[in-house]
Amino acid sequence: MNRKIHRKKADPADRIYYFLVAFLSAAAFLIVAYPLYFIIIASFSDSTLVNQGQVLFLPKGISFYGYQQIFENEQIWNGYKNTILYTAAGTALNLAVTLPAAYVLSRKQFRLRKPVMFLFVFTMYFSGGMIPTYMLVKDLHLLDTPWILILMGAVNVYNLIITRTFFENSIPDELYEAACLDGCSHFRYFRSIVIPLSKAVIAVITLYYLVGHWNDFFNPLLYINTDSYQPLQIILRNILLSNQAMAGVTGGGASGYAQQYADQIKFGVIIVSTLPVLCIYPFIQKYFEKGVMIGAVKG
Amino acid sequence: MNHRKSKNRPVKWFDFKRNWQLWLMLLPAVVYVAVFCYGPMYGLQLAFRDYDFSKGLTGGAWAGMKYFEQYFSSPMFWPTVRNTFTIAFFSLICGFPIPIILALVIHSLKNQRWKKTVQTTVYLPYFISTVVLVAMLQILLSPSTGLLDHILKATGLFSESVNFLGTPSAFVPVYVLSGIWQMAGWNSIIFIAALSSVDGQLYDAAKVDGANRWHQVWHIELPALKSTIIILLIMNMGGILSVGFEKTFLMQNSLNKSVSEVISTYVFNVGVKSSQFSFGSAVGLFNTLINFVFLMAANLTAKKTSQISLM
Repeated sequence: MNRKIHRKKADPADRIYYFLVAFLSAAAFLIVAYPLYFIIIASFSDSTLVNQGQVLFLPKGISFYGYQQIFENEQIWNGYKNTILYTAAGTALNLAVTLPAAYVLSRKQFRLRKPVMFLFVFTMYFSGGMIPTYMLVKDLHLLDTPWILILMGAVNVYNLIITRTFFENSIPDELYEAACLDGCSHFRYFRSIVIPLSKAVIAVITLYYLVGHWNDFFNPLLYINTDSYQPLQIILRNILLSNQAMAGVTGGGASGYAQQYADQIKFGVIIVSTLPVLCIYPFIQKYFEKGVMIGAVKG
Repeated sequence: MNHRKSKNRPVKWFDFKRNWQLWLMLLPAVVYVAVFCYGPMYGLQLAFRDYDFSKGLTGGAWAGMKYFEQYFSSPMFWPTVRNTFTIAFFSLICGFPIPIILALVIHSLKNQRWKKTVQTTVYLPYFISTVVLVAMLQILLSPSTGLLDHILKATGLFSESVNFLGTPSAFVPVYVLSGIWQMAGWNSIIFIAALSSVDGQLYDAAKVDGANRWHQVWHIELPALKSTIIILLIMNMGGILSVGFEKTFLMQNSLNKSVSEVISTYVFNVGVKSSQFSFGSAVGLFNTLINFVFLMAANLTAKKTSQISLM
């Protein structure tokens, strides 16, 4: 022991190492945290001061006009409502499809386990691509319906693998054998034993699916035309990005006043649209490393 | 004991009577994959047919390789392939090592509270949607009013405003660096998990042998990450040409189109927007095939050099 302590103090290489670690961790923290912090303070600061570069560390000229405008905007509310609906229904479907399938593929007495798994994994690396999928959705008469946004991606093979690996490694076979002797069916065993023991991995894949649905932009862009079906991300694109193009064209002078609030609204919209997913994360976090670690063994 | 073993013996695959519950539980996933993954693969024949609106997906006359030749000889072939490769190459080269370094750094932090703070913070950008990320770039990098502009001028690095999103030569750096900003923390989770499973006795033994912290990284931690690194590298190689459609599409504007038109945005523009379904399918298939070849090559190389591979 003495020797160890002595060494720690003496070795200059170790001191350089720990200095570098402290420096890099602080740099990583600042690079990620500062832009996020800036957007938060800019969302309730005077946009003119923000644009002049005077708002850097503390909010200035505080006004909540931007948020007020956002809460009065019907488009945003409608997009919000649609996104919540698609996310809730889509994630429920994801879990209802993925968990039972992962259970089956983790059972050694299911002889077709390997070929079925291969057919699933193959789709990770080879796909029909954008156009044939679009044509299929069109032929199924799912184009421009909310259903397609709920159905698309019902099983994510990566999540299926994580879940299956968790079931294989974390639930002892003896449990199944004991339940089997007591005449327990697969349905019952899955519901009463497997699910309650798998909170960690369920938390992880729920998070993955949920964030995927919430942030989905590609599917609504491709499959949805009707305005009233559009989810939040499409509305956001219209407000945040198309608006930017317009502001660039009209520029300074006459539209100065409107422009000032347009900027504040943008910062506010970024926060309002991202906050719900961020709020879920702390609840799931405690299961996170356990779930990822076990699931990741087989990558 | 022997009885118990016989309960668990493998049964014939068609034994529905005994395993019908398992089949039923697998059914929804199989139906989904059959329809939405293998269905489009069947629809790929569109790339070899002339699309006929009245006859549907598989009714058009055979066109052979016509649409592939059309793509290979089109003026957009070389720019789309070059742009896709450039973005993918720099994303991989710059984006792959950073999560590993970040994981080593986070793993070395001794103050648990600071460690938790750094971890939680660097994970946060993962939750931001692509639309919001691109909007943030537009706001923060905008010339003369953006945050970066103010910082660059204040530090005296630049004296004139730069339009980062409108300058073709800035497109790839902005794309790659913002990708690192968003994903490096999240991608480090898997490496942090692998590092925390390293046996503590290895460190003690190394210390007794006089190894400093750098030696420990080199001889204990990197070897512990080796298999994870190789698997992830193979999987990344398989996606070398699947440059994120969403981000490229959203960052694209008339000023940077010469470097931002990649294969997937091109497929969207010609296939969906201008309804050239057969041509779009052919371009998409070309992309998928290149990815597949890269994946197989990477997998084979890894298998030969390190005995680690997918499947």
